[in-house]
Amino acid sequence: MKKILFLIMVLFTTLANAQSKYEAGMGKGFEMLKSAQSAEDMGAASAFFERVADAEKDKWLPYYYAAYANHLTGWMNPKADKDKVAAKSKDLLTKAEVLEKDNSEIWVLHQMITVQQLTVDPMTRWQAYGAEASDYIDKAKKADANNPRIYLVEGQFKQNVPEAFGGGKEVGKVLFTKSIELFKIFKPASEMHPSWGKDQAEQMLAALNK
Amino acid sequence: MKYLIILLSSLFILLSARAQVQVLGSVRDMKSRILAGASIAIKGSYDGTTSDSTGHFSFKTFEKGIQTLVVSNIGYKTVEQQIDLSKELGPFNVALKEEISELKAVTVTAGSFEAGDKKRAATVLSLLDVLTTGGANADISAVLKTLPGAQQVGDQEGLFVRGGAGYEAKQFIDGTMVNNPFYSSVPDIAQRGRFSPNLFKGTVFSTGGYSALYGQALSSAVILESIDLPEQSQVNASISSVFLGAGFQKLDKTKKSSWGFNYGYTNLWPYFQIVKQGVDYFTVPEFHSGDANFRIKTKGGMIKYYTTFATSSLGLRRPDIDSLVLKDAFGLNNTNWYNNLSWREFLGKGWKMNLGLSYSTDLTKINQQLQDQQNKPVTGSTAWMNLKTYSLDNTANLSQIKLVFDKRISGISVLRFGNEYQYAYNKSIYNGLSLPLKDHYYAAFSEADINITNELAFKLGGRLEHSSILKKWNLAPRLAIAYKTGPGAQFSFAYGDFYQKPENNQLMLTTQLGYTKATHYILNFMKTTTLQSFRVEAFYKKYQDLVKTFPSINNDGTGYAKGIELFWRDRKTFQGMDYWISYSYLDTKRDYLNYPGQLQPNFAANHTASLVLKKFVSKINTGFNFTYSYATGRPYYNIKYETSNAKYVIADQGKTIDYHNLGFSMNYLTTIFKSYAVIVASVTNVLGSNQIFGYNYSQNGLYKEAITPVAPRFFFVGCFLSWGVDRRQDAINNNL
Repeated sequence: MKKILFLIMVLFTTLANAQSKYEAGMGKGFEMLKSAQSAEDMGAASAFFERVADAEKDKWLPYYYAAYANHLTGWMNPKADKDKVAAKSKDLLTKAEVLEKDNSEIWVLHQMITVQQLTVDPMTRWQAYGAEASDYIDKAKKADANNPRIYLVEGQFKQNVPEAFGGGKEVGKVLFTKSIELFKIFKPASEMHPSWGKDQAEQMLAALNK
Repeated sequence: MKYLIILLSSLFILLSARAQVQVLGSVRDMKSRILAGASIAIKGSYDGTTSDSTGHFSFKTFEKGIQTLVVSNIGYKTVEQQIDLSKELGPFNVALKEEISELKAVTVTAGSFEAGDKKRAATVLSLLDVLTTGGANADISAVLKTLPGAQQVGDQEGLFVRGGAGYEAKQFIDGTMVNNPFYSSVPDIAQRGRFSPNLFKGTVFSTGGYSALYGQALSSAVILESIDLPEQSQVNASISSVFLGAGFQKLDKTKKSSWGFNYGYTNLWPYFQIVKQGVDYFTVPEFHSGDANFRIKTKGGMIKYYTTFATSSLGLRRPDIDSLVLKDAFGLNNTNWYNNLSWREFLGKGWKMNLGLSYSTDLTKINQQLQDQQNKPVTGSTAWMNLKTYSLDNTANLSQIKLVFDKRISGISVLRFGNEYQYAYNKSIYNGLSLPLKDHYYAAFSEADINITNELAFKLGGRLEHSSILKKWNLAPRLAIAYKTGPGAQFSFAYGDFYQKPENNQLMLTTQLGYTKATHYILNFMKTTTLQSFRVEAFYKKYQDLVKTFPSINNDGTGYAKGIELFWRDRKTFQGMDYWISYSYLDTKRDYLNYPGQLQPNFAANHTASLVLKKFVSKINTGFNFTYSYATGRPYYNIKYETSNAKYVIADQGKTIDYHNLGFSMNYLTTIFKSYAVIVASVTNVLGSNQIFGYNYSQNGLYKEAITPVAPRFFFVGCFLSWGVDRRQDAINNNL
């Protein structure tokens, strides 16, 4: 009996330890993400999430955040080679996709990466990348139409598209408003699941209403 | 109590493991260059870091014992190394080997300009560029003329590349050759290309040294790749000063297949009422054209079919140069049917197949008369009058099949080989005299793309051809080397032999001829970033076995062309503005046809330059496009038969005035009747510069007449509408 109890005890502590190790790791990653002041900091956060993901092997979220953080370095460093950044972001996101199929959050991030590449040369890339970006939006909506981040990133893209092509400020306003409404009722599946974007949506709308 | 002890002891075990060890080192590539941003991790743990800007790294870990250190960087092979964390650790200096990847590897670029292929950073021109080049009126060849290597020839259609005649440049759609890429020739007036730029996703303009996959073109290959499935179903309509058009394209719900058709009607009557023409059109140019297509996605590829049917008619009258009272009347009727079926498929295990089938038939009826002041036909007895009175019915049929296999060998190196067969049937009926011509043409080719490193690549190939009409074989070797000297910078060298059958009108007179031949040597340097590209290219071209028509029809003609070309495109320096500059220097002479010796041909100018400028003003959704082209004067000759000496002599010669052309176009994007609409206005030769392409001589050589455009300017106003049948966008907007 004592032996059994002992075994249970040991097992329990290791399990708890393992659980907390992942949670603690993710926590540390979120901390790095939040406090990142430069592209270097953000790159370090991405690399950290990637290490967590590689070590865990079966969890998509660290790969998702690794891709997300890496994507952000492309905006934080104005001199960054956005095609190169996007190639890396895509590589990481594809790894997340292997573990988590058809997730709205992953489609949203795909759209963001595509738009980042489009901005390198909008005039020539508009046709191919623009279509690809709206394709991701469609897929994201199909997977979960109530994901507020869909409308945030769609709005961010569409507000810069000429009105003749179905974009413009008014379209942007509608989308940001929808996003904010959804944020009010949105509950992430866990503390670790994506929940970012509410502040951005509010800022974007405020900027358009000015 | 016991439990407490166990608990404490297990905690103790856990805590005791938390002693940190420092791991440090540096990451470089095989050439000892610093690699920043490489990822370093202890396998299976969260511990690790990335290398800094000096390539160094250092981190602390709680892991113990023997572990694996993983060093990785995108584009490099990952290195794993065992480390013993219980021992004192020295610095780890890791060297990563670069992977040969398509993204980084150098590609052979000598002699070719790639247009389209939107995803490649090295793109020089895209579909959008074709549509928005000022004064080009969305004609592919007109846009290619703004690139180095091509002449500004305005009195004949075709691309005159690097001292080559127009027929030395061939067009290929999805691998197979196009027999009649332009609308039928009219004396002294260049015609448009038959194919709309919207059909193609990629265009490669090769001005020499091209791949062994293509033959029967001495100077240039325009390689067009058609679009795949459309992004959505569409209805479109267009209305303009010269044509009306409508079309439909349906994308299957599963997005696996599509089909569509278009119809267009062109009539220049209304336009000619407003803009006076220099010639008298007794049949106003009128064109009907219809096309249809289907595209099916297969397991690992795509099957595409495209067909177009067109008829055209026109008739024009000009004063005859040999008499004061007579007129030359030229009438033309043309029917053309073009079919192209292609199938590309990944067969697995690194194999890829490309099959192309095409059939085209073209019937041109020409009626040439001399007329009097009342426009009544005049028949005369003199030789020159007989020459100007004829009827010519020309039939040109071409059937072909081309099969190409690609096999990926190691890394990204590829071996490519295949066969091509063409059956050409041509028949000319000249004043009732029938001249038929049949040729079975066969070619086998093979080519290897070998990437030794990301910096060095070879393209080595050969092409074996046989034509039944010439009863001769030829073997054309091709070689190209590319060497990358830095990011986006590379040198390329290309060499190749190119053979072409003599023209049909020559073969109709005798089939005792051989292939004409050109040998190309090209050296190229190119530096590109995403938004800027610079290239300089030098070439030497040797012509052999050109067709001479005097004293007998033979292959004794020779010639050469050499020159240097520059190209600069910049989309970075000026906000929202895109411009390119091209310059070509050409030195060429040839002795062919009835030339009495080596002469600079009348289609070759020594200096040619273009400036293309595009600016899109987002505020008003309008783009403004300017194209300025310049060429120095071209030589002209009156090559006349001298009966006394029984030979051709130059009775008169000269040089035309310099050529200037400023083209302008603007496009305004808007919404009309819920459609995406583009309103286009364009004009060629805005400044009304006097353009002379050459001179026509009277039979006796006493009079010469400048060949000029039929009107100083061409104006165009049009509106293009398209509606997405796929109501997805509306549905989404309504749900918001």
